[in-house]
Amino acid sequence: MYAFNYHRPNSLDAAAQALAANEDAKLLAGGQTMLPTMKQRLAMPSDLIDLSGIAELRGVCEDGDAVVVGAMTTHAEVAANEIVRSKIPALAKLADGIGDPQVRNRGTLGGSIANADPAADYPAAVVGLGATVKTNKREIAADDFFVGLFETALEPGELVVSVRFPVPEAAAYAKFDHPASRYAIVGVMVARTGGGVRVGITGAAPSAFRQTEMEQALAGNFAPDALDGISVSADGLNGDIHASAEYRAHLVGVMAKRAVIAARG
Amino acid sequence: MPDSGIGAAVKRREDFRFITGRGRYVDDINRPGQLYASFVRAPIAHANVRGIDTAEAEKAPGVVAVFTGEDLEADGVGSLPCGWVVTDKHGEPHKAPPHWPLVRGKVRYVGDHVAVVIAETLAQARDAAELVEVDYEDLDPVVDLAQAGEGAQLHDEAPGNLCYDWELGDKAAVDAAFEQAAHVTKLDLVNNRLIPNAMEPRAAIGEYDVGSDSYTIYSTSQNPHLLRLILCAFVLNLPEHKVRVVAPDVGGGFGSKIYAYAEETVCTWASKKLNGKPVKWTAERSESFLSDAHGRDHVTHAELAMDAEGKFLALKVDTKANLGAYLSSFATAVPTYLYATLLAGQYATPAVHCNVRGYFTSTAPVDAYRGAGRPEATYVIERIVEVAARDMKMDPAELRRKNFIQPDQFPYQTPVALVYDIGDYEPTLDKALEMIGYRDFAQRRAESEARGKLRGIGFSAYIEACGIAPSAVVGSLGAGVGLWESAQVRFNPTGSVSVFTGAHSHGQGHETTFAQLVSEKLGVPYEQIDIVHGDTGQIPMGMGTYGSRSLAVGGSAIVKACDKIVEKGKKIAAHLMEASVDDIEFDGGQFKVAGTDKAKGIGEIAFTAYVPHNYPEGVEPGLDETAFYDPLNFTYPAGVHIAEVEVDPDTGETKIVDWVAVDDFGKVLNPMIVEGQVHGGIAQGVGQALLESAVYDDSGQLVTGSYMDYTMPRADDFCEFRVGMTVSECTHNPLGVKGCGEAGAIAAPAALMNAITDALGAEIDMPATREKVWRHAQAKLKAAAE
Repeated sequence: MYAFNYHRPNSLDAAAQALAANEDAKLLAGGQTMLPTMKQRLAMPSDLIDLSGIAELRGVCEDGDAVVVGAMTTHAEVAANEIVRSKIPALAKLADGIGDPQVRNRGTLGGSIANADPAADYPAAVVGLGATVKTNKREIAADDFFVGLFETALEPGELVVSVRFPVPEAAAYAKFDHPASRYAIVGVMVARTGGGVRVGITGAAPSAFRQTEMEQALAGNFAPDALDGISVSADGLNGDIHASAEYRAHLVGVMAKRAVIAARG
Repeated sequence: MPDSGIGAAVKRREDFRFITGRGRYVDDINRPGQLYASFVRAPIAHANVRGIDTAEAEKAPGVVAVFTGEDLEADGVGSLPCGWVVTDKHGEPHKAPPHWPLVRGKVRYVGDHVAVVIAETLAQARDAAELVEVDYEDLDPVVDLAQAGEGAQLHDEAPGNLCYDWELGDKAAVDAAFEQAAHVTKLDLVNNRLIPNAMEPRAAIGEYDVGSDSYTIYSTSQNPHLLRLILCAFVLNLPEHKVRVVAPDVGGGFGSKIYAYAEETVCTWASKKLNGKPVKWTAERSESFLSDAHGRDHVTHAELAMDAEGKFLALKVDTKANLGAYLSSFATAVPTYLYATLLAGQYATPAVHCNVRGYFTSTAPVDAYRGAGRPEATYVIERIVEVAARDMKMDPAELRRKNFIQPDQFPYQTPVALVYDIGDYEPTLDKALEMIGYRDFAQRRAESEARGKLRGIGFSAYIEACGIAPSAVVGSLGAGVGLWESAQVRFNPTGSVSVFTGAHSHGQGHETTFAQLVSEKLGVPYEQIDIVHGDTGQIPMGMGTYGSRSLAVGGSAIVKACDKIVEKGKKIAAHLMEASVDDIEFDGGQFKVAGTDKAKGIGEIAFTAYVPHNYPEGVEPGLDETAFYDPLNFTYPAGVHIAEVEVDPDTGETKIVDWVAVDDFGKVLNPMIVEGQVHGGIAQGVGQALLESAVYDDSGQLVTGSYMDYTMPRADDFCEFRVGMTVSECTHNPLGVKGCGEAGAIAAPAALMNAITDALGAEIDMPATREKVWRHAQAKLKAAAE
């Protein structure tokens, strides 16, 4: 790890100022990607701005027909939160399946989606549940948030404040995990809402995406059979020593079916 | 069942300090004024080093010195030797190119040691290491073992990258048997490369003391005396009596901590160079991946000849073994004498021939890893026997039974040099079949199929040669050392006992089991016995722990030392009780005069020996005996493992649904520890078969260089293992024990791959990744549908 300056602001404004004041500054949320990267000397931020001192970034509340999760809420807190568990149990279950207990006790929702790792779990929830990302500057719809590999719509100086998840009628997340890292090789969040069905997929492609063909089929018939005959193209999907693009494409179908079965209860 | 003697499931006394964080590992040791070393490692697999510019690094804050291979060369530092010379089939010794602790002119694998930066803090050393400028001239890497002979040449000494072309067995007899065969089963196999991944990374502190002109080396070693011998006699030319090696608590080795590595060598040398400043190095986990000696890595073609009834007539095996970029300490012996000699397995196959070509490649050195050659041998035999049963449409259990060496054939001379002293294979198989419920397997398979799953069952009837090893035998085969073991049993005046053993515990539980052994032999309470190991300053010259040897060889040395204690104690007791020495009997800690009720406890005898006011004439004071034990033969643990799996054809996931291990380890000292060793071994074997694989890309970069990509097995990858025992006691050591540390890792890969290929109806190589299994499961379902 290289030397860096450490800041722990206690307000959003102070964090934004610190970020703007240092060209090579980085935000530190749970640090579950940032710190290992720094320890391997693959990242060299001049300044780390630790967000853990900003109270308003933490916690879960109900807001009408949605659940709002603060950016600095840890995976373990989401998994254990009564509001999440009763309103969107699929989200609690997803959070409970991220990494291991150490990761879940440090890693945060905001850190995960801002990093936009193609294999992270939360992007599937944000996309699949049709969430809205609130930043210190604006609100960003899920469909516009994930732009590419480790790339989001966040602009310089912009940081995630909270994520608003609309409560679905039914939802479930099915994950096929990476054998070594336990990230998602493929993760599928399926959600049925008053407005239709959403299918959010992580792991398979450079960034989380919706599978609209599946959404349309499930809107007519929310049953696993509805997905029969839909073949997912391997074009543009990720491939590595653990799973080729073709295998990932196949797994999208398998995991989507499993998610539908689980969502039906 | 005794409370603490032989056969008792005593809980490990060392676990208190381990699980409460009170262990003391090398990295926990910090010496006054110590400096920190950071190694500059090769970022490319094969290149000429045209120049190393250390100027910027030397100017960096806190830097004390930067050394390169030139500095070591100027000081006469030697090459890290390979301790086993394999003679090839033309009578030529193997090619042993130099392995300099810091490279001289060329790098040969990613992670190779280019330079070392020594600074006042670790962070300073690492910062400065990045400032060392190395001018590389890229050369083609040699990554693919199968093509290693055609690649760029790594060493001037080894044309075609060939270290040796070696053979064992009677080729003419094998060829003749194949002529007569009614059926020949052929099989191509890959034994995948593994990275050891001990929980504790390697670490070292070298400390030279100017005043006494002596050295202390703290090292994560499985064999501190061997490390001392290698460093003194071969690499650094130090006087052995001036070097103390301490291997304190060591967190796992699996073979990878047997060897002498560049890092401890350089730290020791540098400490003298820096006027006695201690120099410390602790591997980062990524350094462990790159530079610990890896394991396995064979490509093999095997053929088994049978008569019409399935009797084995002959086995021939052709193996290419990857030795990596340089020869590690025992690299050459692993794919030869520890591999081909086991190819008879449990079977009375009359003729066996094995040819092995060992190749250099631009990858990390490969050496012994839990099982060392024997897992590779078992994998060849037990896979081809299973495939033969499928070819012959015979029950795999019955084909094995038909070919087992029979009890009346022991001692059994195999066609590949070894003589098995004892074994009884059929009862072991029967017990395993009973435990797994073999008769009902078809029913379970049908039930799985009804749920859309593919079920398979697989056997592995393994044998291993442990208790390494009779010194004269290994000497005749090229070993540079003897493989005896030492023990010193020292009574203290108050009756407690300190036992000094040359074996080294790095997870095995010797502090418990050896104390159980001494308690049983001397009748001293278990609590009053302490085991001391891992410090050449305290223990007699010893050979360390590997090859499941600690109890069979080290334990036998302890027995011999205990016998000497009793022999001397009898003289003292006879004097005290005014009886003849010949009339003294020793039992349960009491010296008794035969036929009388006169007795003296061993504690009183010990006290008398140290306070010899009333003492037999001509007997030395003190009660402190040392013994060395050189085994007469290897020991031959054997057993049968049966794995049952269920494959999900939708995803290719393999679930291990049942596992039965029935092992014959001879006499068992602590059944709980033995069971734990079996569990751990199976876990590593399952890791190899299902999950683990060291992958280099075409340029020689290690793709699986972290836990993000190298898949270690975890608890939820397993079912409960069900362990059973049969016992045929070893005939040639005083304890009747055989060794248990490697059995699971030897047996498991074949059992699991036999089960998976049974489920799939197709051959696949390890590791049976989910994608590989998925493709074959889909093909099977597709074929069934057509």
